[in-house]
Amino acid sequence: MTFTRFLIRRILTGILVLWVVATATFFLFFFRPVDAVARQLAGRAASPQVINEVIRRLGLDQPILVQYWHFLDNLVHGNLGYSYYNGQAVKTIIAQDLPITASVVVGGVVLWLVGGLAVGILSATRPRSTFDRVSTVGVLAGLSMPTFVLGELLIIAVFVPLNQRGFSWIQTGYAPLSEGLIPWMGHMILPWITLAAVQAAVYTRLSRGSLIDTLGEDYIRTARAKGLSERRVVYRHGLRAALTPVVSQLGIDVGALLGGVIVVEQVFGLSGLGQDSVAAIDTGNLPVIIGFVLIASLFVVVANIIVDAAYALLDPRVRIS
Amino acid sequence: MIFQDPYGSLNPRRRVGAIIGDPFVIHKTATGAQRKRQVQELMERVGLNPEHYNRFPAEFSGGQRQRIGVARALALRPKLIICDEPVSALDVSIQAQVLNLLSDLQDDFGLSYLFIAHDLEVVRHVSNAVIVMYLGKVAEAGPKGPVYEMPRHPYTAALLSAAAAADPKLAAARQRIILTGDVPSPINPPSGCRFHPRCPKAAELCSQQEPPLESKLGDPATHVTACHFPVEAGENLAVADRRERR
Amino acid sequence: MSITEVQFQAQAVESAPEEAIQGRSQWQLTWRRLRQDKVAVTSIVVILIMVVLAILAPVFAAALGHGEYQAFTGAGLSSAGIPVGPGVHGFPLGTDYIGRDLLVRILYGARISLFVGLSTTLIATVAGVSIGLVAGYFGGVVDTVLARFIDTVLAFPFIVLALALAAIYGPSLLIVIGVITFFSWAGISRIVRGQTLSVKEKEYIEAARSLGAGPWRIMFIDILPNLLGPVLVLATLYIPTAVVFEATLSFLGIGIPAPTPSWGVILSEAQTYYQVAWWYVVFPAFALLITTLAFNLLGDGIRDAMDPRTERLFAARRKRRKDSVTLKDSEMPHTPPASVTGAG
Repeated sequence: MTFTRFLIRRILTGILVLWVVATATFFLFFFRPVDAVARQLAGRAASPQVINEVIRRLGLDQPILVQYWHFLDNLVHGNLGYSYYNGQAVKTIIAQDLPITASVVVGGVVLWLVGGLAVGILSATRPRSTFDRVSTVGVLAGLSMPTFVLGELLIIAVFVPLNQRGFSWIQTGYAPLSEGLIPWMGHMILPWITLAAVQAAVYTRLSRGSLIDTLGEDYIRTARAKGLSERRVVYRHGLRAALTPVVSQLGIDVGALLGGVIVVEQVFGLSGLGQDSVAAIDTGNLPVIIGFVLIASLFVVVANIIVDAAYALLDPRVRIS
Repeated sequence: MIFQDPYGSLNPRRRVGAIIGDPFVIHKTATGAQRKRQVQELMERVGLNPEHYNRFPAEFSGGQRQRIGVARALALRPKLIICDEPVSALDVSIQAQVLNLLSDLQDDFGLSYLFIAHDLEVVRHVSNAVIVMYLGKVAEAGPKGPVYEMPRHPYTAALLSAAAAADPKLAAARQRIILTGDVPSPINPPSGCRFHPRCPKAAELCSQQEPPLESKLGDPATHVTACHFPVEAGENLAVADRRERR
Repeated sequence: MSITEVQFQAQAVESAPEEAIQGRSQWQLTWRRLRQDKVAVTSIVVILIMVVLAILAPVFAAALGHGEYQAFTGAGLSSAGIPVGPGVHGFPLGTDYIGRDLLVRILYGARISLFVGLSTTLIATVAGVSIGLVAGYFGGVVDTVLARFIDTVLAFPFIVLALALAAIYGPSLLIVIGVITFFSWAGISRIVRGQTLSVKEKEYIEAARSLGAGPWRIMFIDILPNLLGPVLVLATLYIPTAVVFEATLSFLGIGIPAPTPSWGVILSEAQTYYQVAWWYVVFPAFALLITTLAFNLLGDGIRDAMDPRTERLFAARRKRRKDSVTLKDSEMPHTPPASVTGAG
């Protein structure tokens, strides 16, 4: 089938998945004895009057399916409820903090892809060279390092000493793009490295292995025998095939990315969506958590669609299935 | 059943004793020490050293592995063993051993074999009756002698003419019938007689009507052929073939 | 008949006296190669030391007189209320923010990490292998459904799930084990399914079927032994993933709840003290890193030991040591398991 039809099919599947997730989320949170839900929403020390008020306001005593309908209805209209911490609309909170999370994600993904692929390709084209060996060690270190440990270590080893010497470009916390590209990057560079490092290690190993296997294929030998320059052989012919497992791994890693983002925000004091949700756990702020879960699912579904599209572009055989 | 590939038909991760003992386990006919004894007897019977009970298939040669396969097939004393090209993957000298083994076993155990092969000499050596098939249909069938001496189906004749002869002078003197074209796809077989696109004797009728499998004039009742224009005595298809192509 | 003469000669060659060694299984060969890999051996030693230390945690606690929850606000904190450093006042690795012995807490943390890592991986492996086998062998609708399920689980953001569950039920060890297990089985299942699909086509499976073996017997007795190699590598590589995942969840506060001394919890506490108490970060981080690294290196080592392509390297090393036993070609495992790329 054509690419467009493939894309449409994937989008429709994505919408279906989102609906399933929303439903599962709803039932996970609300399909419990009314008291328990209310107590959780109202806070741990709430008095019976407050609990009753909560039940009344949220309609928790209504039949579960009616509640579900309201939930979906609200969702479609963009209403994600209100934070029990300060009454702000969850939608607003998300809108405010999304740019922060987005900054982290975008920079991190770019760094990990570029870094991982570059080192992987260079290693594959120079097997067993010094570069290859050094990068193998680096990869192993990266693979074994939990994100938050790396973050803390970077703060201790980079941020603190640099600041102490008066070099203040690198900072923790967040500076929006509107304040300038340089400050923004200065705040983001350590989070990006932290987010990217572990994943880059995985992708280096993956792309290196995949490219080495591909370059051993007969059709590459033919290309070389035809007299094509090595650069052309590797980049034009080899990469296309070697990249497919990398792309498919990307789809799976979107989930891991979210986890990494939450950790990075926590370590570097960035008040993005990840921070919001973790903080919300402490205060039992369910609407914020629910909002985060839904946004996260939306992100995963969209990212997967993009990845599938990229895969279909790389490998036309996929569109038939 | 005995399989063609001595390297693929045995599980590389299991010991030979376990492999041969499988039928006993699956059908619960022998257990423990008794099973081990029976397996070792089988090993001896097919010419393997029973002390190799605990070895892995990788440690045996192709011929020995095929013997393992024979032992496995024999375990439950079947009446019929299907041999799917059991010697095709073996060296010629080993082929002889395995064939002799199969023949001895046949006598000792009263076995019947359904022996599938491509090598006509092997078939002649091994069989009592022969069935020649083409594209899923029986072309000719009968006792060995009549089929080999007097093939009635053009396909059989072509096959026989292509079989290697030990004597080079004989081979040079023989006329080879060369069939044109390739074997068609079995999913979309030709109409009527499936052999007609390649047959040197094909006529209009052959593409329209599938010939019945019956005994032709002058043949014993057990020798049946599926052909509208069977090969006649003294007819030389090679000559006819060359004449047509010119 | 000339063939008979050939037959006698051939038979004589085939039954020539062979060495009276038992057949060497894939595992024995792998172990031999592994033993020679210095990095792998070091990793095994490190892991064993870690396990022993974890088991002996109460012994250390008793010997030092410091329980893992005991807060020594007097001797354990400086006059400014800051944790004391290593070696001060009888605290070998220093104290944490309320004066608890850091060494003791790290050792108890090792118990948690190892327990979570090993138990989740074990359960996930059993579940993953079973489901992968079933999906790969039965094919058809069963496979389609299971494969889709596996893909969904793989792409799932598990931290989000952990977050949600912790929000509803409060953080706990049970949630941690449940989430990590649920996360791990899918990766194993995917690889097992792939391998099953290719092993299924081999002739010896057809042979087993022709003997009358039922699907379950074929899956577990014929197919499974061919998968155990890659599965072992994968499981060994999943253990550190589980350990890191647990630490991360605890770090965020949605895993093992404080005051239980999980390494993640300690590192989370250490965040506000790193400028004044470097030991608070460095020692737990080191413990975590060395555990993870050891398992990763071991997994890589097992994978290399199973791959006969590296056999030449090992053979060269052995010749250099003038080993008296030389390997026959027949000792190389016949069907090498496909190598596992990445940790799934």
